[in-house]
Amino acid sequence: MRSWQRPHYLVPDKRWRLALLVVFILYLFVGIGSLEVNWMRVYDGLDRGVRFLEGFLNPNFTRRASDIYAGIFESLTMTVTSTVAGILLSIPFGLGAARNISPKPIYLFCRSFIALSRSMQEIIVAIFLVALFGFGAFAGFLTLTYATIGFLGKLLAEEIEEIDRKQLEAIASTGASWCQCVHVAIWPQVMPRMIGLSFYRFDINFRESAVIGIVGAGGIGATLNTSIDRYEYDSAGAILILIILIVLACEYLSGWIRKWVS
Amino acid sequence: MLRIKHLKKRYKAGPWVLNDISFDVPKGEIVGLIGPSGAGKSTLIRCINRLIDPTEGDIYLDDVCLSGLSSSQIREQRRHIGMIFQEYALVERLSVMENVLSGRLGYLSFWRSFLRRYPQQDIDNAFEYLERVSLIDHANKRADELSGGQRQRVGIARALAQDPRLLLVDEPTASLDPKTSRQIMRLIQSICREKGLSAIINIHDVPLAMQFVDRIIGLQGGEVVFDGKPDELTEDVLTRIYGDEDWNPVKPEDDQDSEEEV
Repeated sequence: MRSWQRPHYLVPDKRWRLALLVVFILYLFVGIGSLEVNWMRVYDGLDRGVRFLEGFLNPNFTRRASDIYAGIFESLTMTVTSTVAGILLSIPFGLGAARNISPKPIYLFCRSFIALSRSMQEIIVAIFLVALFGFGAFAGFLTLTYATIGFLGKLLAEEIEEIDRKQLEAIASTGASWCQCVHVAIWPQVMPRMIGLSFYRFDINFRESAVIGIVGAGGIGATLNTSIDRYEYDSAGAILILIILIVLACEYLSGWIRKWVS
Repeated sequence: MLRIKHLKKRYKAGPWVLNDISFDVPKGEIVGLIGPSGAGKSTLIRCINRLIDPTEGDIYLDDVCLSGLSSSQIREQRRHIGMIFQEYALVERLSVMENVLSGRLGYLSFWRSFLRRYPQQDIDNAFEYLERVSLIDHANKRADELSGGQRQRVGIARALAQDPRLLLVDEPTASLDPKTSRQIMRLIQSICREKGLSAIINIHDVPLAMQFVDRIIGLQGGEVVFDGKPDELTEDVLTRIYGDEDWNPVKPEDDQDSEEEV
């Protein structure tokens, strides 16, 4: 009788596999051991955590009503403007960063810009831009636009690299120019996904607008930060609930629109 | 009308895919290009409209040397060369009419095509071509709603919309059933006759080729090994093109024998 075992392609040697497993488990234990947990501090914190939860369960929409609505309004404005600006700017970067349609120097330039934009977290960019342009929504708008270019540019470029080449070849063979090829052969292929991603980015931008507000870049984040600093957890709870509701609404809307365009 | 002189093509430092190909195609002649997979048929027709750049040799369309043109000049010449593809290569998400009109892109400025402001003459012609390929009722359907044979007819109408002098046809029937294949070949043949177009048709199906073309060129290993009338295509010639094989219709018992040998 002949026996058969599935060959291990990744690490063929059995001893190596065992050694790797042991090293990994050891590392896990050492890693967990190195976390210094101050249990007394955790106990103290529990109390505050409970108060925070209570505030969240008894939200107070009225005490800081005008601040909250102004903040939400500013956040939404930042989100809409930065998403629109980001989409418009991400299209040239996305086209440039698609290897199959762009010449090498342009490809490298756009890829590096996108990589740079994606490597820096929004908060770091926001801190820098607040230092440059002062507190307020303008710094937030620039931060979110910058992040949107990196996000959509990369995904658009990847989408373009995966298009059906035959359609592009066919349009090129009619004597169409590069711009016409992009418009007629590439755009119809990437459009539904691009619209879906844009809405996805819209709700990311809204959530981020709450976070970058904490470092002074305008929007609801500033209001949220103030409430937490003053231990007004009920107002903070109200703000969080509003953020959740708006994100949920975006989610639902974008799902519906994606279904409609595809 | 089309003259190919000492055409050679190799990719990087690889072997010669096309090795010293020369032939002329007079006006109105339909040439069938046969040969095994990898013989260079697709490469050859793509060298003519410069979707692939030839390594050496010259290609003349009437008196224009296609192989020496810059990329903007070749776009102008591509308008005169219609191309029909194996898997139709329609822009799936556009309507049938838009696909046909995309044959006009080489004649229009970017903004004109971007705004879809096609000249009235182009629209009239497009309707006429759709009528010619009997798809007039499907003008506003999306291309991906059509069957294989219908899609290939849209491909033919698109090539016609270019108002070409030469048709390059790459495996037009490879994805179609036998009956539809014959209809498509007959359509291509009759259109070439009506408009006095020359055509080069890559085709795997030798009997189909023999029935619908004026002349057959056999490629093998990047070289022309046969050039003559369809009825000169004897068993010897087929062996020269494709290698040894019993060309007589297969009887069931033969098939069983050969399976046992394997």
